[in-house]
Amino acid sequence: MEIAVLPEVTSAGVIIKGIIILAIISAVAGFGTYLERKVLAFMQRRLGPMHVGPYGLLQIAADGIKLFTKEDIIPQNANKLIFRVAPIITAATAFIALAAVPVFPDFTIPEWIPLLGGVFVPSMAADINIGVLFILGMMAAGLYGPLLAGMAQANKWGIIGSARTAVQFLSYEVVTGLSILAPIMLVGSLSLVDFNNYQDGGFTSWMMWQQPVAFVLFLIAGFAETNRTPFDLLEHEAEIVSGYATEYSGMRWGMFFIGEYANMITVSVIAAVMFMGGYNDLGFLAGWFIVILKIAFIFFLMLWVRASWPHIRPDQLMWLCWKVLMPIAVINIVITGFVMMV
Amino acid sequence: MSLEQFKNRAVGTQTYKMVDYEPTPDTGMGRFARVVRRTFRGELFVGLYVTMREMINALFRGEMHTTKYPFEKLPISPRYRAIHDMLRLLESGHYRCIGCGLCEKICIANCIKMDTRYDENQRKEVSEYTINFGRCIYCGYCAEVCPELAIVHGQRYETASEQRASFSIFEDMLTPIDALKQQQEFEGFGSVTPNADNNIKKTPLAY
Repeated sequence: MEIAVLPEVTSAGVIIKGIIILAIISAVAGFGTYLERKVLAFMQRRLGPMHVGPYGLLQIAADGIKLFTKEDIIPQNANKLIFRVAPIITAATAFIALAAVPVFPDFTIPEWIPLLGGVFVPSMAADINIGVLFILGMMAAGLYGPLLAGMAQANKWGIIGSARTAVQFLSYEVVTGLSILAPIMLVGSLSLVDFNNYQDGGFTSWMMWQQPVAFVLFLIAGFAETNRTPFDLLEHEAEIVSGYATEYSGMRWGMFFIGEYANMITVSVIAAVMFMGGYNDLGFLAGWFIVILKIAFIFFLMLWVRASWPHIRPDQLMWLCWKVLMPIAVINIVITGFVMMV
Repeated sequence: MSLEQFKNRAVGTQTYKMVDYEPTPDTGMGRFARVVRRTFRGELFVGLYVTMREMINALFRGEMHTTKYPFEKLPISPRYRAIHDMLRLLESGHYRCIGCGLCEKICIANCIKMDTRYDENQRKEVSEYTINFGRCIYCGYCAEVCPELAIVHGQRYETASEQRASFSIFEDMLTPIDALKQQQEFEGFGSVTPNADNNIKKTPLAY
């Protein structure tokens, strides 16, 4: 594959990119909570947050102030070090996964800006050739956040929550990995840029038409990995109070949810780039705009599903994973392999 | 109208819609077929359609259910029983209460307390009248028993207070004399119903 000549990526560019990712994604994650409340409200014919700012837009600020100023309670019998560290693991792994995700197009800071002028900022912070593997690995490492949090807090709901975390995340890692293995075989690369270039032939070249089964499997597993309805058993309120987050308060609790929303964005980005044509131009629509539309649609799909579908039981979750999704994923890989060989 | 329909004790079952439970499959292949059938039936998409339809209805067709309560209020029935009002005669502006004491007598919560005396025209005058809204259960007996439609139930239902006992005196509940023009013909609890004329029957004396 021919490599376009790009300016050299300097460490200053990567640092700027990292700051951009942190700033944008944490802002979008906060805004995601607002969007979720609004969309769920509309689907139940309610108004949602309305009073803080126009149409409740400043509700994020109010929630932020509340989270930051709340008392940080650490239970007496908790393992205090692990209890403190666990939320940071969730948030950090979610953001580290985003390092290998293209978040914003390439650009060069104009020369007239002092100090930073002329610095080339790449589209992703770490353009590693195993991008997909790295993202999946970091999201899998995010399992330690809820797991350690639940086990450190000396609360039985927390223990149940962390047990469910281990079961659910580990199981669905298998489905995620196997479902995107078939597209990876077709593309022959683990880099998201190669995935994007593979689908540059317009609407019909999207991976989801070639690999519809893999796309559906990836969406289902993505819902489970980001802990979204119908698979949000980790902190299912009706059953286990709040699961691993039972004893948390204030900003430590908030970090779990920033991590969760950052993971939702990551899954949306992967689905958009790997299966839905990435950031290639579509007709007259510019690539950066169309990819934002795709990511927003998948994010909306998560909220839509949450408003529509009920939870499933943990045993049904395991049944779905090991008896249905995993065999289908394997069969999909085998068929893809045969088609490629012939 | 025959007696037959009153003798049917199984009221309602005629319109019951029986859920079509298929028998549980007992073979492995049967269970597998059921899973496949349920998977491709598309019921999940019906669920998605329902929520999307409700969202479109709410946003674009004005079917939002929310009432922003302290700023908007839903209309309540005229027969709602809230904090009492004391009405005036529209012609003279004098209060309608004749001091008969029936409301005090009938009050089952013992929350009404009144004193009367004769005024200079030898007419009963209310000298003391209090209602303890901490005790009142808003049963509406006082409004129903009142022969003059003097004590009625108003529309003010926001009655949270800091103390358990909360007394209201006669002048508080009485229509202010300068608001007499705004006093409406009362059609709530204790007044005659709108179809009262139709319900009038001949007395036995007419036969």
